[in-house]
Amino acid sequence: MAFLALERVSKHYGAMAAVDDAALTIEKGEFVSLLGPSGCGKTTTLQMIAGLVEPSAGRIVLDGRDITNEKPNRRGLGVVFQSYALFPHMTVAENVTFGLEMRRVPRSERIERVREMLALVQLSVFADRYPREMSGGQRQRVAIARALVIAPPVLLLDEPLSNLDAKLREEMQFELRRIQRKVGTTTIMVTHDQAEALSISDRVVVMEQGRMTQVDAPYRLYEQPSNAFIASFVGKTNLIAGVWRRDGMAGAVDIGGIRLEAPSADFPAGTPVTLSIRPEKILLRKAGEGQLDGRIASRFFLGSQWLFTLETPIGTITVSIPNQGEEPPAEGATVGLDWSPASLRVIASAMAHPGGGTA
Amino acid sequence: MISRPSSRSSSPWLLAGPGALFFAGMILLPLALTVILSFRVYDHATGIKDAYTLSHYIAVVTDEYYLGIFWRTLRVAAMTTLICAVIGAPEAYILARMRNPWRSIFLLVIIGPLLVSVVVRAFGWSMLLGSQGLVNQALQLVGLSPVRLLYTETAIVIALVHVMLPFMVIPIWTALQKLDPMVEAAAWSLGASRFTALRRVVLPQVSLGMLSGCLIVFGLSASAFAIPGLLGGRRLKMAATLVYDEYLHELNWPLGAAIAIIVLVANLLIMLAYNRMVETRARRMLG
Ligand SMILES: Nc1ncnc2c1ncn2[C@@H]1O[C@H](COP(=O)(O)OP(=O)(O)OP(=O)(O)O)[C@@H](O)[C@H]1O
Ligand SMILES: [Mg+2]
Repeated sequence: MAFLALERVSKHYGAMAAVDDAALTIEKGEFVSLLGPSGCGKTTTLQMIAGLVEPSAGRIVLDGRDITNEKPNRRGLGVVFQSYALFPHMTVAENVTFGLEMRRVPRSERIERVREMLALVQLSVFADRYPREMSGGQRQRVAIARALVIAPPVLLLDEPLSNLDAKLREEMQFELRRIQRKVGTTTIMVTHDQAEALSISDRVVVMEQGRMTQVDAPYRLYEQPSNAFIASFVGKTNLIAGVWRRDGMAGAVDIGGIRLEAPSADFPAGTPVTLSIRPEKILLRKAGEGQLDGRIASRFFLGSQWLFTLETPIGTITVSIPNQGEEPPAEGATVGLDWSPASLRVIASAMAHPGGGTA
Repeated sequence: MISRPSSRSSSPWLLAGPGALFFAGMILLPLALTVILSFRVYDHATGIKDAYTLSHYIAVVTDEYYLGIFWRTLRVAAMTTLICAVIGAPEAYILARMRNPWRSIFLLVIIGPLLVSVVVRAFGWSMLLGSQGLVNQALQLVGLSPVRLLYTETAIVIALVHVMLPFMVIPIWTALQKLDPMVEAAAWSLGASRFTALRRVVLPQVSLGMLSGCLIVFGLSASAFAIPGLLGGRRLKMAATLVYDEYLHELNWPLGAAIAIIVLVANLLIMLAYNRMVETRARRMLG
């Protein structure tokens, strides 16, 4: 049985649905990310679980117990707020110890646990500072420490790493993951950084305009996005509009008279579809040796890889190839583009918003 | 380092000039005159003489009658401040949590009384609290014996609380407006009950607002005139009504001036001490 379940949960502000009919089940010990563009309802979802926003409809069940109407202080969840919400009149140590005090943890143990937690987030020397005397990233780590120290069964993190530099962010991701593995804390993390979501989650929930449009393991989300939006939001992709054709056993897509072989799919012939192909799945060959020819319009060096934009008969295509240590074709050159048909993904254009209904 | 042109250095003085002149003319000058007046010799037959003496101050601080009035003033002002804080803080909190048509309406309800003259409100209270007033009628209706309220300290405190409450509510409300509601939510999520969150998280953050509210209420109550004058009657005096009597009934202006100066200094000392005590702590915490 699921440890935490959202059952058809909605939140309406007037006529606007901030969260629309969200259904999600999370197993104990799972690390789930909520991923989506700004304003899609991630914070609202998290706060409904935390009990800070009252759902307009639906049920929330934690460990078999209906907590939809339970007060936030009885839920015992750890929350890291998007705005940090530190107590400005308390020092860092007092902030972190607050939750332990509320749980009536003995003083000596409290001091010990706060010390450990501050060491973990690398803030030991700041214990006696007030939040306003710290940088954004330091405050964020205080917020993380304050939520982690109470060892909650469920951690709700609202963009907990957004203000950290790349190195610290990686360390914190690692720490979150380590703690979560060690203690078995069920974690829900909000982020709009797709790389972060893909790298540390067991499953990723993609939200668009209040709806959860795909819930999948990171790898499957990347390889089999259920609509064009997800394909472009999770990693980079080339989206090409075409028309579905049947071609013997396999399928094919017609793009302005050019027919491309595609994996078979269950569409009636003539359906308008969107083709998605990832930049790294396209290989560059000599002109005439690939499936298409294209002219290199621009070329960017990104260190570990090269990024090309190519003018082709099917439109502008982005291609990335790993940096192998020698210079690839120059701008203006004509090259061949090749890929394996299995790496194409065909998405019905009408399926862009499964679930449909009111917005 | 950028060196400032020297012609600029006079502009702050010029800009502050009108305000400073006004302040000097309207406050410092009368105050200085009052101080001088309080040292003048007074004779019942001939009036103010052209000589100086400390006798008025000595008379005031050694006379039980005056000391009693000072104590009453202090007691009434402190009581009013305390009650205003106890009522005003929750009132401001509720106001801050209200949604918009209601918030505007109730804000108006709170500020509204300020638009009515204090004298009118004092008369209102004297009608309510009188021996045949509404309060005593209500007490008799439920079978209790009537109580004497008018011309007691209780009446003065009740009416002062009514007049002073907006001065407490508004600074606290302003402080609450600046609060991130998520901070209170964070306390709940860490296991604090609503009450604990209020006490440990919200209250300390509005302490500066409360401090200014207390200072305003205490200062205004200690120097209140109309309310003690109308609700305290002839016999129950407070500092301001005492000064009034010395000036207009006894015609002993120097003694009145001495009392006024003592009240001013005492008020100032109490407020400064209180400010130091609370504010230094709060400032360090809240920045
Ligand atoms: N109290 C509120 N009243 C009205 N609308 C609200 C309220 N809170 C949120 N919304 C709206 O609900 C939608 C979802 O908001 P939410 O804060 O959940 O977004 P988010 O996904 O967390 O965005 P971000 O990534 O920018 O933090 C937004 O369109 C927002 O304007
Ligand atoms: Mg958000």
